Amino acid sequence: MPVITYRQALRDTLRAEMHRDENVFLMGEEIGVFEGSYKITEGLLKEFGERRVRDTPIAEEGFVGAAVGAAMLGLRPVVEIMTINFSLLALDQIVNHAAKIYGMFGGQNSVPMVIRTPGGGGQQLGATHSQNVELYYAFVPGLKVVAPSTPADAAALLRAAIRDDDPVLFLENLGLYNTKGEVPDEEVVGEIGRAAVVREGTDITLVGYSRMAMIATQVADRLAEEGISVEVVDLRSLRPLDRETIVNSVKKTGCAVVAEDDWLTYGIGAEIAASIQEGAFDYLDAPVRRVAMAEVPLPYAKPLENAALPSAESVTTVIYETLRAVGRRVG
Amino acid sequence: MSDSTVREEPELIQLLTPDGEYVPHPDYPFEPATAQVRDLYRDLVLVRRLDAEAVALQRQGELGLWASLLGQEAAQIGSARALEPQDMAFPSYREHGVAWCRGVRPRDLLAMFRGVTNGGWDPYEHNFHLYTIVIGSQTLHATGYAMGVQRDGALGEDGTAVITYFGDGATSQGDTNEAFNYAAVNNAPVVFFCQNNQWAISEPNDRQSKAPIYQRAAGFGFPGIRVDGNDVFACLAVTRKALQHAREGQGPTLIEAFTYRMGAHTTSDDPTRYRTSAEIEEWRRKDPIARLRAYLVREGKADDGFFDAVEAEAEKLGEQVRAECRALPDPAPLDIFREVYAEPHRELDRQRAEFADYLASFEGAEGAAR
Repeated sequence: MPVITYRQALRDTLRAEMHRDENVFLMGEEIGVFEGSYKITEGLLKEFGERRVRDTPIAEEGFVGAAVGAAMLGLRPVVEIMTINFSLLALDQIVNHAAKIYGMFGGQNSVPMVIRTPGGGGQQLGATHSQNVELYYAFVPGLKVVAPSTPADAAALLRAAIRDDDPVLFLENLGLYNTKGEVPDEEVVGEIGRAAVVREGTDITLVGYSRMAMIATQVADRLAEEGISVEVVDLRSLRPLDRETIVNSVKKTGCAVVAEDDWLTYGIGAEIAASIQEGAFDYLDAPVRRVAMAEVPLPYAKPLENAALPSAESVTTVIYETLRAVGRRVG
Repeated sequence: MSDSTVREEPELIQLLTPDGEYVPHPDYPFEPATAQVRDLYRDLVLVRRLDAEAVALQRQGELGLWASLLGQEAAQIGSARALEPQDMAFPSYREHGVAWCRGVRPRDLLAMFRGVTNGGWDPYEHNFHLYTIVIGSQTLHATGYAMGVQRDGALGEDGTAVITYFGDGATSQGDTNEAFNYAAVNNAPVVFFCQNNQWAISEPNDRQSKAPIYQRAAGFGFPGIRVDGNDVFACLAVTRKALQHAREGQGPTLIEAFTYRMGAHTTSDDPTRYRTSAEIEEWRRKDPIARLRAYLVREGKADDGFFDAVEAEAEKLGEQVRAECRALPDPAPLDIFREVYAEPHRELDRQRAEFADYLASFEGAEGAAR
């Protein structure tokens, strides 16, 4: 299998889907001439022309709303919002329109659109440009939210998202674009709403998504050297949430840690922890712990940004603490 | 359908030609007194030097980012020198020239781009608000402030006016258009100063706005003017009149300063991907500093001694900025919890204590946390 970057996987998939379906087109700021702020759409304007790759003014509510309209009448817009932070300007179109049109119009119009957008800190972009607010969308019925962590999942889920008849928020991460992985040559269409056990283990369940799923596998690899067997669950989809896979893992291991790049209070981890206690309460040998970002606007200074973000070290510390709570001598 | 809805392109309000010839305008009186013109020249040269130094510091890894004002010096210095001390300015993130005129120390400006502070200066000390990074949001903040001025009854001949700075890109945003409307219906004392530098990153002006930007104001019910943004006299005279109009309770004005971003959008951008060197060359001929220098020479208002002295002062400023920037101390990790809430917050205190313990757990950590 070829090894490519997450960025390349997205680009190849967009290109293939545009060839497959004439109705697929791209809209967003800086995606054409500039080829995307993060170069996901590199070469696509040249190949497909302005009819299929449309640069827009700086007006997120405007172009997301236009995409909703296009999608209602059968086109399949793939909108790029430069970062998830700017999606807040389009919140009304996403939450009140894209998510609700199918229901409020009596099922007569679906909205088959994709909003691709990266979240994530760690790039020194400051508090308003480094957030992880996918929770806002994962909270909303009518939307689907996927958050792949590997190039293969990025390709499979983007393909699925474009072909899905519902609006899908496709969460990318600035820290993942340059990561590499195997992507099969054949066309794989992912299943939205299915988590993956990406590493089997017996001592503890470690749940993550997007960048933190990548960190989770790194932590598991390192802890394996110490004889600790970590099972890693990559959520891949935040809505629908695959509770079954999470719960089954905890039934096996008896304890769990959730690693998330968003804020702790009311975060994605809170939902996972609640799901675990509802589904596997009798199997738990220790409280479910969460590792999240410090609850502060993310600082721009490098040492402060590092201090605020969760890391392999902070996840490892909490895994040690949890294992000690169940009587293991570790760390 | 014809294009009759879009009026013909007007001439720019221009008082100083690119060759440095002063051409008075009946509507915008301006007396180019020697001392004042020399001061304007000095401002322009010094902020260009400050800007160049900041770009270099970013390239050397001393700053995280810098948004260069190169080419827009006259728009900023002209408009900012029209402000009275009591006037309030709301900038975007490129208004280093305005910051300079409002007395913000270059070191404090750089501290923010270095990331060692989230503030950098006291907005009320300088009547210059902190930089807003999100596009166009500050136009609404300025409108709200202006409505506060109204509420305080601080209008009149010596009253307070408000100015807000934004770019052509921001005119696509809902916020900016909502600010226009809100200021208009409330007759708020605010001047909307748009530096149309022709490019919103890679998006050219004609892909953002069908009608010339200044014409939008008419639709909202207030006056709009296009001024030569590379002409410091015109920017000063037009802004002064608009501020006075606002100050005296006659409502908002939109000024479109027609200028050019000679550099990159920010240090993260590479403009060679989307624009031609011929275009840059064309604008280079309209350089704001060259034309003022030509005027000073033509009118015999300055000699080589003056120009050399300004040059030497600029060099000194560059050195000083460089030294001060490098001397800025890094903040300590626990600082991240300091400015989240103005009031105490129990949960955050708990997280802070937990994080302090975590930091202390590292070998040799003593003193690392503060």
